[in-house]
Amino acid sequence: MIREVEVMVIGGGPAGLCAAQAAASAGAHVLLCERDGVPGGQLVKQTHKFFGSERQYAGDRGIFIGQRLVQEVRENPNIELLTDATVLGMYEDGVVTVLKDDRHLKFRPKKTIVSTGAAEKFLSFPNNDLPGIYGAGAVQTLMNVGGVKPADRVVMVGAGNIGLIVSYQMLQAGVDVVSVVEAAPNIGGFLVHAAKLRRAGVPIRTGWTVKEAYGEGKLEGVILCQLDEKWQQIPGTELDVPCDTLCLAVGLTPLAELCWQAGCHMEFIRELSGHVPVTDENLMTSVEGIYAAGDVSGIEEASSAMVEGRLAGYAVAVSLGYDTENSQKEVDAARKELSELRSGPMGGKIRAGLAKVAEKRGEAVC
Amino acid sequence: MRIEQHPILQFDRGEKVTFTFNGQPVEGYTSETIAAALHAAGIRELGHSQQLHRPRGLFCAIGNCSSCFMTVDGEPNVRVCVTKLRDGMVVEEQEGKGVVHS
Repeated sequence: MIREVEVMVIGGGPAGLCAAQAAASAGAHVLLCERDGVPGGQLVKQTHKFFGSERQYAGDRGIFIGQRLVQEVRENPNIELLTDATVLGMYEDGVVTVLKDDRHLKFRPKKTIVSTGAAEKFLSFPNNDLPGIYGAGAVQTLMNVGGVKPADRVVMVGAGNIGLIVSYQMLQAGVDVVSVVEAAPNIGGFLVHAAKLRRAGVPIRTGWTVKEAYGEGKLEGVILCQLDEKWQQIPGTELDVPCDTLCLAVGLTPLAELCWQAGCHMEFIRELSGHVPVTDENLMTSVEGIYAAGDVSGIEEASSAMVEGRLAGYAVAVSLGYDTENSQKEVDAARKELSELRSGPMGGKIRAGLAKVAEKRGEAVC
Repeated sequence: MRIEQHPILQFDRGEKVTFTFNGQPVEGYTSETIAAALHAAGIRELGHSQQLHRPRGLFCAIGNCSSCFMTVDGEPNVRVCVTKLRDGMVVEEQEGKGVVHS
């Protein structure tokens, strides 16, 4: 049996929760599918305070922002929340299949918002598969959700915001953070996060990388080395650092498989960290009625993901004729917030990426 | 090891339960995933790669990467990083691709 659905939102992270809430508050009926048992996406482990403006809950810790968004969604009678529900496929006839409690469910939504987020990138070096080499997000999950000490001695690779923040969170969990290693000549993340680490005595080595890892059965240490201005390893600079965990915070890449399956026009855009669906100003993909919001259409901060979700949710409401005047106002307001969030020097990369998307969109139309 | 004191978080671990890892009894809590309980017990090596038999641990801990596949209560290819612990679970290293019983 195929169940008809008005709006389906895939993924209950910051983008999906805001998308569901926006569409539903305008009057649409929303089915929100979340793979995990607990919605909130990666907000459930963000113990640090967010930046941005009041509308994006700046100053509050990510974990509490997530709890608030989930609460709103649960209290909204227009939203049906399915947890432990993995969306498996999107078909050309509009059917979306979901695995829930070992059952294969079929839905046919009028509109779909894909907000599946991102996956962590990996780094290539000898023995990079040893147990104890973990993604930064994995370490965060172990310690901030599981309450398990993720390491005794850790080396962090990557001085972007995730690398810096997770290093600090590990200090809070009683882990000895030996060093943060960053291949680029500069720290990529906010300096306020870097300063907290440095005050705690953690060295941040820029222009360094992991040459190799070693260990019997599990990680026992890493050999670090310096890079020259052409990103080549400099012989003779090797440093042997014993550690039981190596944490990789080397970026994220969009989890866009469902968009591929649905036949969306996809493009590789380096600044957006991978293949992304080409979307229009309402965040609709090249497939009529399928929208993409959050990291799935380009890696950015959770604050932007929330606003993109809201934008897509209200755009869907407009297209379905729900409270169109006010919904359109909300769409416009969200667009303005996004351009404000992306206006600073840290927004340069995302602006460049989105400009490429706009170019590709033009090509697709011609 | 588990985090007992944290400046921001408090952990509701649920009930204490016992499960087995490759036949050995291990203790954990019902709010934990199998991978978290194993990690807390100092167990990081969850299996071996199929071709070269290199040791394998978890990588993403959110069910994306399939690095932590194990056999749980006879069912192969269980992502132990997103599977909650239950009392008496039998958790084993998986042989190859595992056998699906009908």
